[in-house]
Amino acid sequence: MNRIIMLPILLPLCTAVIMIFFRRSIALHRILNTVSTALMLGASLLMLGSVRSDGILSLQVGGWEAPFGITLVADMLSSIMVVATAFIGFTTALYSLGAIDRKREHYFYYPLLQFLLMGINGAFLTGDIFNLYVWFEVMLISSFVLLVLGGRPQQLEGAIKYVTLNLLSSSIFLAAVGILYGTAGTLNMADLAQRIPLLDHQGLLSVVAVLFMITFGVKAAIFPLFFWLPASYHTPPIAIAAIFGGLLTKVGVYAIMRFFTTIFHGQDASFIHQALLIASAFTMVVGVLGAVAQYDMRKLLSFHIISQIGYMIFALAIQSPLAIAGALFYIIHNIVAKTNLFYLSGLIRRIKGSWDLREIGGIYRFYPMLGVLFLVPALGLAGIPPLSGFWAKFVVVKAGIDSEHYLLVGIALCVSMLTLFSMIKIWNEAFWKDDPRGEGGVEGEEYLRTPSVKKAIIVLPIVMLGCLTVAFGLWFEPFFELADRTACELLDRGAYIDAVMGERS
Amino acid sequence: MTFLLAVIVGALYAAGTYLVLRRSIVKVIFGLIFLGHAANLMIFTVGRMTKGAPAFVPEGAATLTEPFADPLPQALVLTAIVIGFGVQAFTIVLFKRTYQRLGTEDLDKMRSTDQLPGEES
Amino acid sequence: MYSIILATASRYLLLLLLMFSVFLLFRGHNEPGGGFVGGLVAAAAYALYFIANGIEAARTIVRFDPLRIIAVGLLMAITSTLPSLVAGERFMTAVWFDTGIPLIGKVGTPLLFDLGVYFLVLGITLTIIFSLAEEDRS
Repeated sequence: MNRIIMLPILLPLCTAVIMIFFRRSIALHRILNTVSTALMLGASLLMLGSVRSDGILSLQVGGWEAPFGITLVADMLSSIMVVATAFIGFTTALYSLGAIDRKREHYFYYPLLQFLLMGINGAFLTGDIFNLYVWFEVMLISSFVLLVLGGRPQQLEGAIKYVTLNLLSSSIFLAAVGILYGTAGTLNMADLAQRIPLLDHQGLLSVVAVLFMITFGVKAAIFPLFFWLPASYHTPPIAIAAIFGGLLTKVGVYAIMRFFTTIFHGQDASFIHQALLIASAFTMVVGVLGAVAQYDMRKLLSFHIISQIGYMIFALAIQSPLAIAGALFYIIHNIVAKTNLFYLSGLIRRIKGSWDLREIGGIYRFYPMLGVLFLVPALGLAGIPPLSGFWAKFVVVKAGIDSEHYLLVGIALCVSMLTLFSMIKIWNEAFWKDDPRGEGGVEGEEYLRTPSVKKAIIVLPIVMLGCLTVAFGLWFEPFFELADRTACELLDRGAYIDAVMGERS
Repeated sequence: MTFLLAVIVGALYAAGTYLVLRRSIVKVIFGLIFLGHAANLMIFTVGRMTKGAPAFVPEGAATLTEPFADPLPQALVLTAIVIGFGVQAFTIVLFKRTYQRLGTEDLDKMRSTDQLPGEES
Repeated sequence: MYSIILATASRYLLLLLLMFSVFLLFRGHNEPGGGFVGGLVAAAAYALYFIANGIEAARTIVRFDPLRIIAVGLLMAITSTLPSLVAGERFMTAVWFDTGIPLIGKVGTPLLFDLGVYFLVLGITLTIIFSLAEEDRS
C-alpha cells in the first residue's frame, strides 16, 4: 500500500516525458495532461483515505533505512495538501484547454505544468530536508519557465524580480541545510524532531531556525519578504497565474507548518512564533491595503494572496491544536477560493477585453449567472457565512481569542472588512456599473471568437471550485474533523517519528 | 584548512551580497552565483573535512575503514551544484533576453510591473 | 573567429573526449566517476567542436534534437526504477542480474540510471549551449 506515495510524483514525471517525446502532437498533450491530473486526483484521494484509516504511510526509497536514505512520508497534512494540489492541477488542466494559446502549448506548456505539479507534490511528501530543497528547486525552475513563457517584456521584467528573490531564498535555504547538518548530523525530519531538543548547540539551532523562517517566508510571501509576488504574478496568462496564486505560496506555508511544529518546537521555538505573530499582522494589513489601491484585477488578487497568507501565519504562530486546524482549513479554503477568483478574472477579461476595472462594467446585465459564480468565491474569501471563508476565519479568530491575542484578532477582523470592500469593488466596477464604453456593453473580440465548447470548458472548473467553496461551508464538520486530526497528529509528533524511524526498542 | 575555507565562505557571502544589491542585472547574476557557491562551500566545510580518505569500502572489506570522509555533504554539494548549474544557466538566458527586449540593464528602470496604471515612470 | 588548428584538433578531440566520457561513465560503477561527469565531458566535447567550427556544424554532428536526448535520459532513469517494483522490493531498490559473461559480469538498474543521467546531462548542457549560441546570432 505504501507504494501509492510514489504515484503523485511519478505520474506527472512519466506524463511529462511522454509529452516531450511527442512534442509536435498538441492534441495528445492536452489529453494526457487532463487524464494524468485526473488520475493524480484519484490516487491522492486514495492515499488520503488510506492515511485516514491506517495511519501514516512512509516509504524508504531504495531500501535505505531512515535516517540514512530519503524517506517519503504521507501523513494527514501531506495527503491533504497533495489532494488539494491534484484538484487544482485538474481544474487548471481543464481551464488551460480553453484558455492557453497555441504558441504556448507548442513551447511545452503542458510538460512544464506536469513538472510543476511533480515539484509541489514532492515538496509535500518528502521527509528529508535536503530532498525538500530539491523539490523546491524543481517547482521553482518549472515556475520560472512558465512565468516567462510567451516572452512579453512585462513578463520578463516580472520574472527578473521573481527569479532573483527566489534564488536568494534558495541559497539561504542551502546555507541553513548545511549548518543544520553540521550541528545535528542528520537531515531526516523525524530524526531531527527527536534529536534537536537533545543537542548542545541550541544557539546555533536558533540561527538555523531563523534562516529557515526567512527562506520559507520568501516562498510564502510574508511581510517584509513578499515584494516579488505582486511584481510578477499578474504578468503570465491567467491559467498560470491561478495555479501560482493558488498553490505556490502555500508550499511555503506548508514548510513553515512542518518545520515549526514537527522539527523546531517547544521552548526553543517560542521566539520564532513571536516573530511570526508580528510578521503576520503586517502581512495581513499591508497585503489588503495594497489590494484596495489596485484597479487591475490580477494585481488586486495578487495582493490578496499576501493578505490571506497573514491569516495562515497568524494561526500557525498561535500553535494551539485549534489554531493549527484552523490554519490548515484556511489554507485549503484559500487555495480553492483564490484559484477560482483568478479563473474568474480571466473570464471577465475575456468577455470585456480588459483587466482594468475602470474600463469595464455591466457584466451582470448580460451574464447574471456569472455574477453568482463570482460572488461565491469573493464572499467566501471575505468570510461571509455560510461559505468556507467564514468558518476558516471563525476558527482562526476563536483560536486567537482563546490564546488572548486580542490585538491581532482585532486586526484580522478589520482586514476582513477591507477584503470584503475590495471584493465588492470588483463586483461594483465589473458587474454592476454600466459599461463606460456604451450601453450595449462591449464584448472582447477574443470572447466572440471563442467557440462555445471552449467557453464551457473555461466555466466548468469555476463551477467545480465554487461548489467546493459552498460545500466546505455547508458541511463544515467532516472537513474540520480532518483538519483537527491533522493538527493533533502534527503537535503530537510521536506517530510521525514512529512511522519514519520504525518502532525502535 | 577549515579556517581558510571559512574565510573564503565569508568573502564569497560579502561579495555576493554586495553584488546582489547593485542595480546592474549582470552584477546581480554574479552576486547570485557567488551566494550559491558560498552556500555550497559552507556545506562542504561544516561537513568536517577528512584528508585523502574517500568513503569507499575497500576491496574485500564489509564496512568502511576509519578514517573516512563523510560522503553525505559531498552528495549534497554535488546535487546543489547541479541544481545551481541549471538555474543559473536559465537565469543568464532570462537576464540576457530581458536586456534585449527592454533595452536596459538598470534594475531601477524596470518598474513597470510595480506601478499603478497611469503613474509616471 | 576561425582557427584551423583548433578546427582540425577538435575533430580528433571530439572522439577522444567522447570515449573518455564513456570511460568515466563506466568507471563510476566502483570508483569516482559516473553519469554526471561523463555527460558533462561529452557535452564539453561538443562544446569544443562548436567553438571551433560554429553552431551549424555542431548541430549537424549532434544529429538528435537535444530535447529528445533529455527525454531519452529521463525515460531511462524512470525505467530503471521499474525492476524494483516487479521484484517486490522497495521502490528504487537496486536490482542486479548476473549475466555470467566475463568482463561484463553483473548488470543492474543503477547502470541504467547512470546512463539516463548521462544522456540527461548531455541533453541539457547541449540545449543550454545551443540556445545561448543562437541567442547570440539573433
